[in-house]
Amino acid sequence: MLREGLTINPAKTCQPIGAMYAALGIHGCLPHSHGSQGCCSYHRSTLTRHYKEPVMAATSSFTEGASVFGGQANLLQSIETIFSVYDPDIIAVHSTCLSETIGDDLQQITKKASDDGKIPAGKYVIYASTPSFVGSHITGYANMVTGMAEQFAVSTGEKKEQINIVAGWMEPSDMREIKDIAKAMGTKIVLFPDTSDVLDAPQTGKHEIYPKGGVTVDELKSTGDSKCSIALGCISAEPAAIALDKKCKVPFETIDMPIGLSATDRFIVSLSKAAGVKVPAEITAERGRLVDVMADMEQYFHGKKVALFGDPDQLIPLTEFLLDLNMKPVHIVSGTPGQRFEKRMKEILERAPYANFKNGLNADMFLLHQWIKNEPVDLLIGNTYGKYIARDEDIPFVRFGFPILDRIGHSYFPNVGYKGGLRLVEKILSVLMDRQDRTALEEKFELVM
Amino acid sequence: MQAKIHLPDPSLIKEELINKYPAKVAKKRSKSIVINDPETIPEVQANVRTVPGIITQRGCSYAGCKGVVLGPTRDIVNITHGPIGCSFYSWLTRRNQTRPESPTDENFIPYCFSTDMQEENVVFGGEKKLKQAIQEAYDLFHPKAIAIFSTCPVGLIGDDVHAAAREMKEKLGDCNVFGFSCEGYRGVSQSAGHHIANNGVFKHMVGNNNAPVEGKFKLNLLGEYNIGGDAFEIERLFEKCGITLVASFSGNSTVGAIENSHMADLNVILCHRSINYMGDMMETKYGIPWMKVNFVGAESSAKSLRKIAEYFGDAGLKARVEEVIAEEMPKVKAIIDEIRPRTEGKTAMLFVGGSRAHHYQDLFTELGMTTVAAGYEFAHRDDYEGREVLPSIKIDADSKNIEELKITADPELYNPRKSEAELEELKAKGLEINGYEGMMKQMVKKSLVVDDVSHYESEKLIELYKPDIFCAGIKEKYVVQKMGVPLKQLHSYDYGGPYTGFEGAVNFYKDIDRMVNNPVWKLIKAPWEKEGAEALEASYVA
Repeated sequence: MLREGLTINPAKTCQPIGAMYAALGIHGCLPHSHGSQGCCSYHRSTLTRHYKEPVMAATSSFTEGASVFGGQANLLQSIETIFSVYDPDIIAVHSTCLSETIGDDLQQITKKASDDGKIPAGKYVIYASTPSFVGSHITGYANMVTGMAEQFAVSTGEKKEQINIVAGWMEPSDMREIKDIAKAMGTKIVLFPDTSDVLDAPQTGKHEIYPKGGVTVDELKSTGDSKCSIALGCISAEPAAIALDKKCKVPFETIDMPIGLSATDRFIVSLSKAAGVKVPAEITAERGRLVDVMADMEQYFHGKKVALFGDPDQLIPLTEFLLDLNMKPVHIVSGTPGQRFEKRMKEILERAPYANFKNGLNADMFLLHQWIKNEPVDLLIGNTYGKYIARDEDIPFVRFGFPILDRIGHSYFPNVGYKGGLRLVEKILSVLMDRQDRTALEEKFELVM
Repeated sequence: MQAKIHLPDPSLIKEELINKYPAKVAKKRSKSIVINDPETIPEVQANVRTVPGIITQRGCSYAGCKGVVLGPTRDIVNITHGPIGCSFYSWLTRRNQTRPESPTDENFIPYCFSTDMQEENVVFGGEKKLKQAIQEAYDLFHPKAIAIFSTCPVGLIGDDVHAAAREMKEKLGDCNVFGFSCEGYRGVSQSAGHHIANNGVFKHMVGNNNAPVEGKFKLNLLGEYNIGGDAFEIERLFEKCGITLVASFSGNSTVGAIENSHMADLNVILCHRSINYMGDMMETKYGIPWMKVNFVGAESSAKSLRKIAEYFGDAGLKARVEEVIAEEMPKVKAIIDEIRPRTEGKTAMLFVGGSRAHHYQDLFTELGMTTVAAGYEFAHRDDYEGREVLPSIKIDADSKNIEELKITADPELYNPRKSEAELEELKAKGLEINGYEGMMKQMVKKSLVVDDVSHYESEKLIELYKPDIFCAGIKEKYVVQKMGVPLKQLHSYDYGGPYTGFEGAVNFYKDIDRMVNNPVWKLIKAPWEKEGAEALEASYVA
């Protein structure tokens, strides 16, 4: 049944949570939700369940009065309270459907806070407009990252020997891996945002409200002087790279997020070209290890049908990787809208003309489930909510994306780079081969596989 | 009641909690932080706005209405009218377990329904899309009831969800459709949403079915949401005692049961904060008294069963209840005797909910542990000080916005189950009939009571009291644990439970023992970080 009014089991959530996640990737930053308390509480809860880490953020605590008369007084008071009680270097404010519907202008209110002397010297308030009724959590992430670039980047006129890497929505482990790859390549990069050492903080017996990690203000300022930017993802990262180009004339290249072999290849090539460095032997060897496993285990991948759902910048290279593995991505769903996404996905799916793909409105997990019932699959890849479909249809399931509420690992082990590719291959093989072991007839039960 | 352990001077602690705040904030917070005296209960400022910018535990009205009260009933299709987020975040995250009677029975709890409101709906109105969504939900599932929950933008743009619901109810004919104006900005916390939910459930569901219910001792269980299977354990005990459960509000419940709930002869209330309105309204309209009970804690469970038997005044039931208690208690006692030497003398803090911060103190008492500080996230003064303060609670602008239903006795169905004299007699026997004595009477002298505790205050409290365990929710869980103190989640139970009744008490004892005595808390420092550790200087002799 074609639905137009009702979304059932969404494959997306709303903008503000993306803005909150992105803001946590700035060192010394307290994200601030300009809306009702519930928004902030829900976003903190969801991020906390996903990371099993403290997620600090404040709220404008709207009541009915604020909703009628506008939220300026609440935001001004919030800024004052936050700087005196929680003492961050930066407050990153994002709006909500409530404050957007009223028409609160964050730029005007933060300017007023500054004019009224509510922002202490050397401290910052940045903002992003993130109405929940447009786009998805990915849009909100992109908007906050764009806000970082627009509001911090400065062009001093003197170019720096460094490259900006705009991280699309990825895990702290992925960001750490991007930095490790850049280091191995001998390139100097500014990665932003950077949630490593923020949302994967060690147990020390002390809670640090502002953990060690995060891109610093100085680094963000310097992005205006970088020789170029590489945006990892056309939906969640490119808008910030465009903003930097507009404001500071920093040229950029947008590539897919480096998930899987081919997308990682393109990342390595882009980085080596941008920095003018040769790819070191250790990276080539790492690539070789991934291809080796793909070749050695090819029989277990071949022809296996896969259903996947999640976020655009991750689904695009993941689908490509499945095709590289000789698997068949038959059903793909994402609640995030966007023509760029559709276009790029269609390019990837030229190799898979059989695939069902839908994104945007009513592209939800209920639809995916119906597709799976019509054409069953051997593997399901997606966030934790997929476990209900996996259980109903008895499908091997790999958790991938956001949110993952019931397993650990995503904070610590990357999906990006060749190392990430190895992790994905291992995870996929494990569920497929565990299934084979569990269901094989006694005489077909294999010791060596 | 005096503490058996040494407590730090609470007035100094209070000073320490507020001295970093700007003057106005400090003044406001100081009224919500009080030093307890169970003999002369001090006034606690509660149910007031959180200062903007303060990192609070609180959520919103929508969370209280859809998430808490309506969410746990399995055969209602709950459609969130708004942008996608609110429905997404309240999707399965509260662990409301439910057990359909047969595999073909409806269960919509694993589903998330939303109108996924877009910018054009905000600009031109979303009623058309809402009605379309209701129609589609009906066509797909043919549910008995569809409930609509308004999120923030809905109230602002003026979508009339109630009119849309009425229109669709008429159009569909065999489906009860009703709406809730539970926009997140209403009230100051989830509490507003509870009240809005109570009003809607009372107006649109309770009393829809007058079919008589079989059973000698018939009651409803109010304010039990079956998190972690709590309701299952209480159902087990009722069944064992021969008590008929007509309806739960709303854990493991159904539309049919709630529609028929006015056929019960008693309402027992667990979570006073979220459901007391329902108790009052059913008493006024149908003459069903309500009684505060508590099934958290083995002793409290036994006490609550005895109170129920006393209410019905039946010798057979009283005897059966005693038999059940005698059967259940030895298992509990065996476990507590084993565990208590490891928990005795330890301290706990509870900052959670509107009821849990009170009731879980019973379990800690059973473990020989003292609650040194406690407070609610969204409760009112009566939950702290007892219902006798109700007349003196000032109604502020935020509370005034929540509708107070005018209820009168039903001309046909009003039937006082007990006479005034009988009720007085029961009260004299210690039954909390239409009453609740609140949290503070039970807490030790000089313990600290903090309403709507902030992140800053909880960190300070941990620093100053060094409790052995802290109870709160998911947002606080890893903050507190990073400080080396285990945190027990009392919303989600850390995915365990049940914690009610006798089996629940045993589960809780074991969990707390495991948590406070876990070796991991002693492994935080690396050998070379420990005080007195010799510097790790190695030299190799070639």
